[in-house]
Amino acid sequence: MLLAEQILNGLQYGMMLFLMAAGLTLVFGVMGLINLAHGALYMLGAFACAFVAGMSGSYLMGLAASLALAAGIGALVEITVLRRLYARDHLDQVLATFALILVFSEGCRWVFGNFPLYLTLPPWASGAVTLPGGLQYPLFRLLIILVGTLVALALYLLITRTRLGTRIRAGEADREMTAALGIDIAKLYTLVFALGAGLAGLAGALVGTIQSVQVGMGEPVLILAFVVIVIGGIGSVKGALAGALLVGMTDTLGKAFLPGLLAGFMPQASANTMGAGLASMLIYILMALVLVIRPQGLFGAKA
Amino acid sequence: MSREMLINLSMLAVLILTGVIAHLAGQGFVVTLATKAAIFALAGMGLNLCLGYGGLISFGHAAFFGIGGYVCGILALHAANAMPLVAGWSGSNQMLLIWPLAMLGAGLIAVPIGALSLRTSGVYFIMVTLAFAQMVYYFAISWPQYGGDDGMSFYTRNQFPGINTLKPFGFFLICAGVLVVVTAVIALITRSRFGLVLGAARQNRIRVEAAGIRPFPVLLTAFVLSAMITGLAGALYADLNRFVSPTMLSWHMSGEIMVFVILGGVGRLCGPVAGAGLYVLMEHLLGGITDYWQILLGLVLLTVVMLAPGGLIGILSGRARHG
Repeated sequence: MLLAEQILNGLQYGMMLFLMAAGLTLVFGVMGLINLAHGALYMLGAFACAFVAGMSGSYLMGLAASLALAAGIGALVEITVLRRLYARDHLDQVLATFALILVFSEGCRWVFGNFPLYLTLPPWASGAVTLPGGLQYPLFRLLIILVGTLVALALYLLITRTRLGTRIRAGEADREMTAALGIDIAKLYTLVFALGAGLAGLAGALVGTIQSVQVGMGEPVLILAFVVIVIGGIGSVKGALAGALLVGMTDTLGKAFLPGLLAGFMPQASANTMGAGLASMLIYILMALVLVIRPQGLFGAKA
Repeated sequence: MSREMLINLSMLAVLILTGVIAHLAGQGFVVTLATKAAIFALAGMGLNLCLGYGGLISFGHAAFFGIGGYVCGILALHAANAMPLVAGWSGSNQMLLIWPLAMLGAGLIAVPIGALSLRTSGVYFIMVTLAFAQMVYYFAISWPQYGGDDGMSFYTRNQFPGINTLKPFGFFLICAGVLVVVTAVIALITRSRFGLVLGAARQNRIRVEAAGIRPFPVLLTAFVLSAMITGLAGALYADLNRFVSPTMLSWHMSGEIMVFVILGGVGRLCGPVAGAGLYVLMEHLLGGITDYWQILLGLVLLTVVMLAPGGLIGILSGRARHG
């Protein structure tokens, strides 16, 4: 029973990581841009949700605001700054987006202060449901799993079945050729970036609801999202999904069961801290293993 | 002597003169600021060796900075409490012993990290080094014996023969001295055969292979050397604050070390000195205006990346980098 609950937790965590990683990997795959500010967009989405939900009293309005604001700011940043960086080397991209993190994080601290904000769930999404087998599980976490699944499905259909998806894939394969065929590549890039940013904002709002909304919440998730796309193969949305679920499961199950395992041969208190630390390290060990065996990631094209 | 070399030397001179003049004027606080700049510059020098000369964009140098700091802190803590560390030996408070051990510690960790990361390149390399640094960070957090999340303080600065390290100026002289020596060593390295191959491997790895040289050992050596220098800076930084904590290992620190290098100029000998000096100056001046000075730092950084990719030294020497 405990195992089933932890597996659901891992699934929920993995879905949330997927929302982050999908945007990151699309932006890298299509534009070749490494975007550290993705975590800042996640944070902005969470703040937008907390602010609008607090003002309007409607949680759904908050979610809509998180999507809209993150996508809007994403598009704005792409047009004003990032567009100039596509042709530059990765070092410049890392630095410019690091600078953007500083600006956004400190800006948020300025506006909202240092204290975390909390979101309250609307009645229709709170409480627990009883799953087959008698397991009680929070409804909201199930909703996150559902949202993640729907987004994964929608992205798959978007990329494989629609005209826009064809253009995105064409832009990924050959930028000049796509432009020569009369497709406005700049507009396409802005659109892809805004899409990724919106997903990050949504992820931030959803996680902010479970935990809290505060400055700096985006960076730990950003780094995990990097691990996810390195494991899955940079540029592959399918890889991002597989990597996210793998990382989500490893982290959750490790945190749940390592302390118990360690307690077999050390005092409980140190087994708890040690177990939590080792569980956090486990993800990176997983990544190292994947890199040794397949440097281009699970679903990556030959690097 | 080229114009760029003159600028490099004057950057070092400005830093040292700042410390000396501040000392003569009785401004102990400014001496400490100059010390901090010298230590940051040293950390940046380390990163610059692999990032600037070798083209290896490591986003995980905080790991080595922090490991140097922790080696220093652990040795000092054991020495102060006469606690046995290994084989009945209870640490040390002698900088001359701590430094090589800090460098050794950082270097030993850098070997597997470098060897694994070098299997990848480009963006993968950036992310993988970042991820390994996070691994070290989480390890430090979960290690309760040396403070875990809270870090640990040690109450007195370690000793150096003939200099009172507790006086700000004494410690400044030590840090500035180390910086000058390391600058000279890096200048020699980049002019050596090894340095030439390193630069060549940055520009075109395949050509280096075609010339009959395997780039991997050269790049790995550069990565490890770079980690050792940054580790040394970490040991000095721990001594400056008499405190180490996982913050020294955080990804934000990696970003800051990178900022020192880029503000000053990537692959320029004294770029990190200019960058670290500018950073400490901005932190002090802008930090006095507003608590949110990092917004301004972010905007300055953006401007440098967009408009002046050569950094401060690039602007001053007015010349694109070659070789």
